[in-house]
Amino acid sequence: MTTTQLPSRRRPGAPASGAPAPSAAPRHRRPGYLREQLSGWGMIAPAAVLLLAFVFLPAILGFGLAFTNARLISPRPVEFVGTDNFARLFADPTFWRALLNVSYFAVVVVPVQSGLALAMALLINKKFRGVNFFRTIYFLPVVTSMVVVSLLWLFMYRREGLINELLSTFSFGLIQGADWLNDPATAMPAIIALSIWQAAGFHMIIWLAGLQSISGELYEAAQLDGASRWHQFRYVTWPGLKHTRSLVLVTITIQALGLFDQVSVMTQGGPLDSTTTIIYEAVRSGFKQQETSYASAISLVFFVLVLLISAVQRYLTREKD
Amino acid sequence: MKNALRLNSFGAMFVRIVFAAVAAFPIVFMLVSSLKPDQQIFGDMSSVAAFLPIGNISLDNYTAVFDRVPAARFLINSIGVSAVTVVLGIFVNSLCAFGLSRMEVRGKKVVFTAILATLIVPFQTLALPLVWWVNQLPYFELNGFSLEISKGWLDTYQVQIIPFIANAFSIYLYHQYFESIPKELDEAARIDGAGWFKIYRQVVMPLAGPATATVAILTFLPAWNSYLWPLMVVQSEELRPVMIGIQYFFQLNVSWGEVMAYASLITVPVVILFVAFQRSFINSIASSGVKG
Repeated sequence: MTTTQLPSRRRPGAPASGAPAPSAAPRHRRPGYLREQLSGWGMIAPAAVLLLAFVFLPAILGFGLAFTNARLISPRPVEFVGTDNFARLFADPTFWRALLNVSYFAVVVVPVQSGLALAMALLINKKFRGVNFFRTIYFLPVVTSMVVVSLLWLFMYRREGLINELLSTFSFGLIQGADWLNDPATAMPAIIALSIWQAAGFHMIIWLAGLQSISGELYEAAQLDGASRWHQFRYVTWPGLKHTRSLVLVTITIQALGLFDQVSVMTQGGPLDSTTTIIYEAVRSGFKQQETSYASAISLVFFVLVLLISAVQRYLTREKD
Repeated sequence: MKNALRLNSFGAMFVRIVFAAVAAFPIVFMLVSSLKPDQQIFGDMSSVAAFLPIGNISLDNYTAVFDRVPAARFLINSIGVSAVTVVLGIFVNSLCAFGLSRMEVRGKKVVFTAILATLIVPFQTLALPLVWWVNQLPYFELNGFSLEISKGWLDTYQVQIIPFIANAFSIYLYHQYFESIPKELDEAARIDGAGWFKIYRQVVMPLAGPATATVAILTFLPAWNSYLWPLMVVQSEELRPVMIGIQYFFQLNVSWGEVMAYASLITVPVVILFVAFQRSFINSIASSGVKG
């Protein structure tokens, strides 16, 4: 057996740079080289081919189809139509309404959900009797599918439903409650509430992982200096969560922009387009009306939006270095 | 000082309980309502009875679900699709990560970078072009001794499975994990004459249990919960997964108790899995935090 010198890459997570290409040349003919290449590619190939076929190709296709007149099922050949789809899209008031709706959704959901998730993480970060019980309960909504959650809340949001009964009980009859999903003013807030309820536990876990990576010695040092609870949070916890924070913000924002399941199950975009979203419009045109090209144009706009927002958030969190 | 501390921890416990109540009440309401006839659900709504399994309790709603729609078929479809996706996903992605992590394959860095690049594309951007694309793909069917080729994957089982087997994040997780296993183990096995696949199968994979648990959970949950994709690619009743099934069921104007029964039916198994494998679930979500 040749004593292969292991390349020095003992740091997982470090980007694979500094290729050992030229220095590796003389070792090409060592025994087993060809076999290693063949088996290696044989092992990588299945996943690589699948990703090529079902991620790379559709992504490129989507980009291309957006500039054609392709339909899902059509006898006519696909033709290039330039930017017609985008002209139509930007002239469509429903599209702007969808953009406004997801912005509204994201602007509320991102701070509220990440804040509540952080509060929950802080509440169960320290070990105490019953910590596991609370963690399980907080996480329960996350393992409930969004479709089930949507149907369940659809039931609870009825005029004489559980939400209005609870509101009236806890306000001693002061709050009457609304017909949540049938009123354009309350439909989106209602969807926002259930979305936060379902997903906060997920981000609680991510916050928790961040909290537990902060060294306990830092807190001991802070306590020795007589720092109050608030000061410990402000000067130890908060800076220690820097990385986790940008991560939570990016993932919640992208999830928020992709809002679909709740709308599809609960309101179908109504009433009066008050809950329609970008993805809902893409599905409506691409699937229900079979206009693949127009739907691809919407998907492309969505992708650009996602890229822009993660770029902006990365820039904002990097700036403070 | 001591009193303040006690007050503090009392306050924290109070907040914890309020959060727990908010997190749990809809699920308790769902489970309890699934056991009651509609009249009683509405009658109990204004009192604490809404959350208690008391009064006219029966499993009638559950039997009604199975009478009205092929709910068992939907369940079997979802279990089958999720199981196949998880098993193939574990195999294909770990194999790929093995090649990328533990073998000196030329060009692997480019491949790994390209794989990681797919993480920035949310599925929703791909979904619509993907529907068009799978409708163009050829489909081979062995009919007796003749091989039949038809066009289009729409309305099949494989369209629910194959696009979701390879997953960049699973490959990344396995890669990270494999890097932490000493390479000397491979060397030793090589000296004993083991081939690469044998090293993968008998040396590395048995040590990668936690990574496999994480990948299994992160593949299973979206497969079980998938809705957007089957909504577009599955039409036949006999191919429907549970999430499409429940929406279809709901549109039949059935009673609320029956909807809650169906909802409980597809939620409880996942909750049981979660409670049984809690640590793995929590770890897998925590690890999904490194994405993005």
